[in-house]
Amino acid sequence: MLRFTLKRLGWALLTLWMVITLTFVLMHSIPGNPFAKEGKMPPGVFENLMRYYHLDEPLYVQYGLYLKSLLQFDFGPSIKSSTLTVNDYIREGFPVSLHLGLQALIIGVTLGIIFGVFAALYHNRYPDYLSMVLAIIGLSVPNFILATVFINYVAVEWGLLPPAQWGTWKHTILPSLALAAMPMAFTARLMRSSMLEVLSQDYVKTAKAKGIAKSMVILKHTIRNAILPIVTVLGVIATNLVTGSFVIEHIFGIPGMGEMFVKGIFNRDYPVILGSTVFYSAVLIFLTFVIDVLYTWIDPRIKVTGGE
Amino acid sequence: MQHEPQLTAELFQPVADNSMETEKIVRPSISYWADVWRRLKMNKLAMVGLFLIVGLVVMAIIGPMISGYTYHGIDFKAKNLRWSAEHWFGTDTSGRDLFTRAWYGARISLFIGVMAALIDFVIGVIYGGISGFKGGRVDNIMMRIAEVLYGVPYLLMVILLMVVMGQGLWTIIIAMTLTGWIPMARLVRGQVLQLKEQEYVQAALALGASTGWILRKHIIPNTMGPILVNITLTVPTAIFAEATLSFLGLGVPAPQASWGTMANDALVSLLVGNTYQLFIPGFLISLAMFAFNVFGDGLRDALDPRMRK
Amino acid sequence: MKKSISVLLSLSLAGLLALTGCSGDTGSNTAQNNNGGQTATNGGSTDSSSSGPKILRVNNSSEPGSLHPAKAQGTHESWPLRHLFVGLTEVVEGNKIEPAMAEKWDISPDGKTYTFHLRDGIKWSNGDPVTAADFEFAWKYALNPNTASDYAYQLYYIEGAEAYNTSKEKDPAKLKALEDKVGVKALDDKTLQVKLTNPTAYFLELAGFYTYFPVNKKVQEQNPNWANDASTFVSNGPFKLTEWKHKEGLKMVKNENYFDKDKIKIDEIDWAMIEDENTAWQMYRSGDLDLAYPLPTDVIGQLKSSNSPELHIDPEYATYFYRFNTTKKPFNNVKVRKALAMAIDRQAIVDNVTQAGQKPAYGLVALGSVDENGNEFHQTDYFKEDVAQAKQLLAEGLKEEGLTSMPKFKILYNTLDAHKKIAEAIQSMWRDNLGIECELENAEFQVKIDREHKLDYDISRAGWIGDFMDPMTFMDMFTSLSTQNDTGWKNKEYDALVEKAKQSNDQKVRMQAMRDAEKLFMDEMPVMPIYFYTKPYAVKPYVKGVYALATEYPTLKYADIQK
Repeated sequence: MLRFTLKRLGWALLTLWMVITLTFVLMHSIPGNPFAKEGKMPPGVFENLMRYYHLDEPLYVQYGLYLKSLLQFDFGPSIKSSTLTVNDYIREGFPVSLHLGLQALIIGVTLGIIFGVFAALYHNRYPDYLSMVLAIIGLSVPNFILATVFINYVAVEWGLLPPAQWGTWKHTILPSLALAAMPMAFTARLMRSSMLEVLSQDYVKTAKAKGIAKSMVILKHTIRNAILPIVTVLGVIATNLVTGSFVIEHIFGIPGMGEMFVKGIFNRDYPVILGSTVFYSAVLIFLTFVIDVLYTWIDPRIKVTGGE
Repeated sequence: MQHEPQLTAELFQPVADNSMETEKIVRPSISYWADVWRRLKMNKLAMVGLFLIVGLVVMAIIGPMISGYTYHGIDFKAKNLRWSAEHWFGTDTSGRDLFTRAWYGARISLFIGVMAALIDFVIGVIYGGISGFKGGRVDNIMMRIAEVLYGVPYLLMVILLMVVMGQGLWTIIIAMTLTGWIPMARLVRGQVLQLKEQEYVQAALALGASTGWILRKHIIPNTMGPILVNITLTVPTAIFAEATLSFLGLGVPAPQASWGTMANDALVSLLVGNTYQLFIPGFLISLAMFAFNVFGDGLRDALDPRMRK
Repeated sequence: MKKSISVLLSLSLAGLLALTGCSGDTGSNTAQNNNGGQTATNGGSTDSSSSGPKILRVNNSSEPGSLHPAKAQGTHESWPLRHLFVGLTEVVEGNKIEPAMAEKWDISPDGKTYTFHLRDGIKWSNGDPVTAADFEFAWKYALNPNTASDYAYQLYYIEGAEAYNTSKEKDPAKLKALEDKVGVKALDDKTLQVKLTNPTAYFLELAGFYTYFPVNKKVQEQNPNWANDASTFVSNGPFKLTEWKHKEGLKMVKNENYFDKDKIKIDEIDWAMIEDENTAWQMYRSGDLDLAYPLPTDVIGQLKSSNSPELHIDPEYATYFYRFNTTKKPFNNVKVRKALAMAIDRQAIVDNVTQAGQKPAYGLVALGSVDENGNEFHQTDYFKEDVAQAKQLLAEGLKEEGLTSMPKFKILYNTLDAHKKIAEAIQSMWRDNLGIECELENAEFQVKIDREHKLDYDISRAGWIGDFMDPMTFMDMFTSLSTQNDTGWKNKEYDALVEKAKQSNDQKVRMQAMRDAEKLFMDEMPVMPIYFYTKPYAVKPYVKGVYALATEYPTLKYADIQK
């Protein structure tokens, strides 16, 4: 187990380093700079700014400087804000995105599993069609439309909830619902097919044949086994959710990480781009690892000692 | 009291040679694909999906031609009209005919979806096939590369692509496939890893078959099922992703319309009471997503022999 | 089991969070970790009774990059800054320049030396007196090359300022010598002397601009990061900062130390930071905002057609135009450029696309500035829309370039719905009127700017909002050396006229030179003007006294709330 973990960690660090390097190259090869604007920018002022943020150094020097500060867990300053560093951005933005993402994840996955189980048990009958249609509707309306519709009707026309911003639990409802639609639909469909597969397994048939109550069969034998594929994809879903959705955060004016990331890219705020990429990748790698461990815990057949 | 059994000569007549008869298949023989089709037909929802897909494709082809308007013709005197005999879906804020734009958008969106799915398919099968078949170190490195690609900010890659290629339909399609092929590659790899341990593949190997032969004859045909399902599900994902890129302002160039750009342009219509302008592209996206998804699901069920009753 | 998975997930994520939390070490922000407990707005309530504090709620659209006057980058900073600080002078409604921190001033006969006399008893929000030294300090701080101020160039009118700001001197002593040569000096606590390179007719207006705001020297020297946190923030304007929740909102309350505090009727301004215009408008509708600006164009159209009393359309000193790449065939030909400019229907665009009562533009300098006699500067339309003549010009122009038909070309614009709609309209008009085809290409803002600088485009969208109310803000964009030119068009005669206007202290000479320059410019037509902007914004009926200057976002300080 320890050897496996160490090996995984080694690969993870290598992957992370490659992601950083590639991102560094990419972001410096797209046109633009953090100070570009439509108005005046006399060369003298521009040079002062470039010097202030060490952007006048050769790229390999900047790269070295960045890796060095990264080793000290310092993501550097934000160029667009003289009050916030990238660490501040992450420290203030991530809890918000995490809160929103987890809320959406719990809503989405729970509903998804329920729908999926229901659909599988009534395979090719109306409850199946109904839950799949519901799930697909969740999957098929782009979330920017969903968010806009929610704000317009639920918040403004009916006055039930605040339209935007972040603060009380009331503010979290509409964005998490808009965000939950996708994972819900995704989980429902996956759960359905996985359930169908498990239901046709011999041990389920045996259990049924032995006369065990149907509900017991479903609970003990089917769901537990059918949930495995969901756990595998949960890592990717969770990373996408907890690192923030730009669209949802932008529309609802939520101070999370998704908006920061995308704005960082559009503003060419280099430290913000790199910082959020590193953070995103670290979360992804970490979650993949957690999922692997979870997997062995749920499914005793799999032993992690095998390595890659 | 013993009775001798009466053995007559009749009993010793040779049986007529009907060995061929017993081998005969009474029911008409059906190929694997015909069987899949038969099972697919039993799935009502999947058939609804198929019907909708065909309908959308037909409308995408003929829709823009039958309205008498162009997708780009601006007529400020006719802006923000509701549906009528002249404009079947109404008009947008610049007075363009929404019926024409909606079906023109269907062309663009479906084209993006289908092309993206095909490219994902080609790259994914080759990459995943090699990775899975070679295994070991090669596999490990190839999968790491895919992982790195997932980690690099997608938006950066898209922006760079736009700068290099300029704005256009093919730029969007390639943007869709930048990371779109990875799930397909992973799927194929997983299948290949399983299949290559099968006895018949081992036997072929032992008989000295080449890698290419084994891939072509044994592995790819046997992974076709899951791959086909994945393709039908990639089409709507690409349509959807294009809509999200439109939200970021990186969609197809104006005045061309895709469902995504139409929906994004019409978000404001909700605020001023012209909800139909958002409803039309929103509904069509949903319809396409629905159709491809139920069809894909049905196909999965039909392809999987375990679902046989 | 589902539950245990999510619990495990959240635990592991919390661990990760703690990791990043420990690693960051800047202590310069307000506490806001418990995002569950604090309320940003009270969910749509509009019924604060007339006896309660008068709170005005507006949307700043974005987190300000800094609230230090020297570090401002654009409107997201300048709008709140103008309510926190006040300069020597102040521009008020009707573009009148009024004394603010300065009570009066003397101008030398050559127009190059200004002596400002400060008021008695003016104080910072922390009680310190505002002195002339605070101004001298602030301006020199902004000019210091190590401060790297975006807007330092706004101070270049001052003698020695540009030399100091652009110096690459590393030796502190030599840099100090350059600093001492900057022509701003506090003669005593109450007197500030400013020496300019050229007589600058609009310097009194500039003296109210935010780069010219004072900074409390004592505070800055004790704590260079004072502007990063509400608790250490010190300002001299009508309001003082009391809360800064990053990316969520700002709160500022009335400053009791403000010299003119009797004119301030509201107690507090709350600034939201909603990026999305549609969402901001929805918040206005639901009663979470009292003022909405900028507005989505279709909303403007709707408000205008329903004659809503909440819609205010104030002037804006700005021109929307298309640049031609004059280094590229066939746009190097003036006849082709003119033909394109004459073949569009500007009135149709402003009526149907922009919808806020904008005026069709047939010149470069926007409406709003005054000439030597106090009349509107923009008196002449330099060309007319005329499709027949445009066709003829196009044919002639193409022939001169040895072309038989118009090659396909592209209109480049940065991603924004309004730009797209205008480009679509113009594309359609050129197709209908001239029978030519062009494509539209939207690029991300940064990419567009980059391509303009590299002259890698055919036709490109632009807009310019004047920095100050003088035609010069438009004229000096297109000199040969300007970094804003981006058309490839260079003209010595034009340069000479602009320089003449810059050097002169005589309004008559200046204005005539600029009129000549504009005429020359429009004869050459390296850009095609489309319309002059207006400033549409929505204000709730119970909010009175909001107005907007033609170069600024709406002024809120004289507002009142009467419910």
